[in-house]
Formats: sequence, structure tokens, C-alpha cells
Amino acid sequence: MSTHHVKVTVNGAVKEADVEARTLLVHFLRETLGMTGTHIGCDTTSCGACAILLNGRAAKSCTVLAVQADGGEVMTVEGLAQNGKLHPIQEGFMEKHGLQCGFCTPGMMLSAVALLKQNPNPTEDEIRWGLSGNLCRCTGYMNIVKAVQYAAEKMKTQ
Amino acid sequence: MIPPAFDYATPKTLREAVALLGQNPEAKILAGGHSLIPMMKFRLASPALLIDLNRLDSLAYLREEGGWLKIGAMTREADLDHSDLIQKKYPLLADTTRMIADPLVRNMATVGGNLAHADPANDHPAAMLAYGAQVVATGPKGERVIPIDQFFTGPFETALAHDEILTEIRIPAPRPGSGGAYMKVERKVGDFATAAVAAQISLGASSSCEYVGIGLTNVGLTPIKASKAEDALKGQKPDDANIRRAAQLASEAAEPASDYRGSEEYKRALVKTLAVRALRKAVERAKGG
Repeated sequence: MSTHHVKVTVNGAVKEADVEARTLLVHFLRETLGMTGTHIGCDTTSCGACAILLNGRAAKSCTVLAVQADGGEVMTVEGLAQNGKLHPIQEGFMEKHGLQCGFCTPGMMLSAVALLKQNPNPTEDEIRWGLSGNLCRCTGYMNIVKAVQYAAEKMKTQ
Repeated sequence: MIPPAFDYATPKTLREAVALLGQNPEAKILAGGHSLIPMMKFRLASPALLIDLNRLDSLAYLREEGGWLKIGAMTREADLDHSDLIQKKYPLLADTTRMIADPLVRNMATVGGNLAHADPANDHPAAMLAYGAQVVATGPKGERVIPIDQFFTGPFETALAHDEILTEIRIPAPRPGSGGAYMKVERKVGDFATAAVAAQISLGASSSCEYVGIGLTNVGLTPIKASKAEDALKGQKPDDANIRRAAQLASEAAEPASDYRGSEEYKRALVKTLAVRALRKAVERAKGG
């Protein structure tokens, strides 16, 4: 069993810690760093509640080892708002009632941010396809799609 | 769920990775990790050492060279998704990649891992069988080439020796008049196939089939190459009757087991239907459609 010193830039701030090789990135974020915005849902790479951006790409942090993120950049839901101002995707979820229980929301928003970065003008189909790795058990998909459309519009004018 | 304890190494070179593998009989290679890490969480795998290839950038590439499409084993599925070359010239590969898991998983998952894991439910194996691909295995003595139809030796078992790493996949560059398609039925996004069929066709001057490749997903203990179906269509015109005959032979090549995804009979019928659709689509694309 090996332990490793990892240095990860999380939401722009460098974080360092010693971790066991088997520590999952999601546990590193939630337990080592105390950043509980990233949720653990299915724990089996299905639901996307734990989605984060790893070096700019959306990934399921329950299926990435913390050591794999060493030297890399992670963005979590805590990094979306800047200087007290909500990110357009957060505004979208608020305005369009994109959440009910809210459990899937952080992962949904990070996946949506990654999607909009790749495709700033997604069709409804492309949004649904882009979010197909994220499950909402309240089944609030209609409004989640609207929230992403809201964010896409808003980001065009910024 | 946290995996059982293990040691972890990040070799700086491929040679170092191969040496580490040779020294550690209980070691496993970590590629995208999206099959291995879940298996470790479930205690279906408990390697003593993980050798992480994710820092070997030299294993992530996609290029045409000497009549082959060469794919570095660590190329992410998402990179195929976003490649114009793949989308335009390798529609079977493009179809297949799009059906693997979900977009988040595809950002991490690798083509090499999908093959080396040798899960009969994985999608790339059938596509590679249909293409007549080769894989390159790198071991202590250097490289050797393994034809894909000799690669899958059992469920989760391959022709790789313990101290060999799958480093490259080679797909014959299709000549003009070629097309392919992958048809998969899954219960929901991210599920393994109930059944899926990969088809690749090249049409000759008289519009008959010069090359036919057909691979089947998740209907047996290994991915299946439907050789009799291929032979039945080779040299023939891809008309409806011939496609249906080949599809029937493909369904006879399947060895599905009844499970919660469907009965044996249902899966066999599904293979036939999917083979018809995949072959039709492959022909349509071969004709430039």
C-alpha cells in the first residue's frame, strides 16, 4: 500500500496532501479538502453526481484516483461562482427551476459547463446527449435542459 | 466504496512500464480505469500494483500511416468522438465510440483499455473484428503484432502475455467504396449491449462485396467474428436477400445466454435484426450515402 504526496489545483488554489493510492478523487475533495459540493451518488460510474472538471474535461470523480489528478487542475461546483456572482449555469438552474432535491445539480452543472465550452450553441438533442451521463432521480430533465439553454444564451452576451 | 489497498506507480517510459509489469506478477495496467476501478471497488479485482499509463503521452495518438489507421492505446474515446478523420472515414468506429458508456466516461476511457479488458460486453472488440484490425503488444523483447481475431482467448482473457502491454491498434485504411456501421440495443445510456452488431463492407467494381467484416457484441463468452456470415456475403451483391441470409448466419454464430437483458431466443433474433440494419447502413455508406 503506497501513499503519495499530491498537489492539485482545485478551483484555482493549489492544494497538497498525502493520500493513499486507493483514495478516490471524490473522497480527496470531500474528506481531505472538506469540499462537499461534489456529491457521491451511485459510486459506480453511472449517475454523474460526482462530476467535476479534470484538466478541463468532465469526469466522474468516483472513478478517478486522487493520485491521477496530481499536478492537474480540478474544477468543482464551488469554483463556479466568481466574486460572489453566480455562474450563468447556476443562474439558469435557479431561473428555470432546474433542481428539485438538488442532489444531481452540482454534477449536472459541471457537465453542462463542459458541454457549453465545447458547443456554445447546443440544440436540445445535443444538450440531452451531453448530459446523458448524469441522472436526475427527480426526473426534472425538462427544466434542466431549459437551464442549460438559459446559460447558453446568457454566456453569448457576456 | 473504496478499492482494496494497492501500490501505485507512474512510469516515465513505456520500457519502464513493461519492466515493472514483468517484475510484478500481481500488477495491472491502469489505462482509463473505468472498467478496472469499478471492478476493484466490487473486489472483483485486487491487483497488488497499478501501473498507470496516463502520463505516457506518447501512447495517445491517431494517425494514418502506410495504409493503416494507427490508434495509440491511451487515446481517449472522446478523442475519436471529436476527430474529423474518424467521423468522415471510419463511420463504424465513430458509431461504436458514440455508443460506449456516456460522454463523461468517454473523456477518460481508452481504446486500448476497451480491448485489453476483453469484456465480451465491450463495444470496440466487435468493431475491430469487423475491420480486421491488428493490435501491437509491447513486451521486454520489443513489439509483436497480433491479428484481432486471435486476440480474444476467453472472457476477460487475451493473447497478451503478463509482461506485454497493448500499445497500438491498427485498422486497415478503407479504400473508396467502403462503409461500416454499429448497431446496438441497450436498455439505457451507459448500459452494456443487450446485443450489438458491427459491419464493415467494401464494394468492388461490379458493386459486389469485396470485403465483409461482421463482429458481435455481448452474445457469447468472447466477442464473436461471424465468419460464415462474412463468407456468405463476400463476392455477392449486397441485395436484400443476401443481406438477410448473412444476418441469419450471424445470428446462428451468436451464443447468447439468457439473463436479465433478455432470453437467448430474443438476443438471437436481435442479432439478426441488428445485422440486417448494420449491413444495410454499411452498404449505404459504402455507396457514399
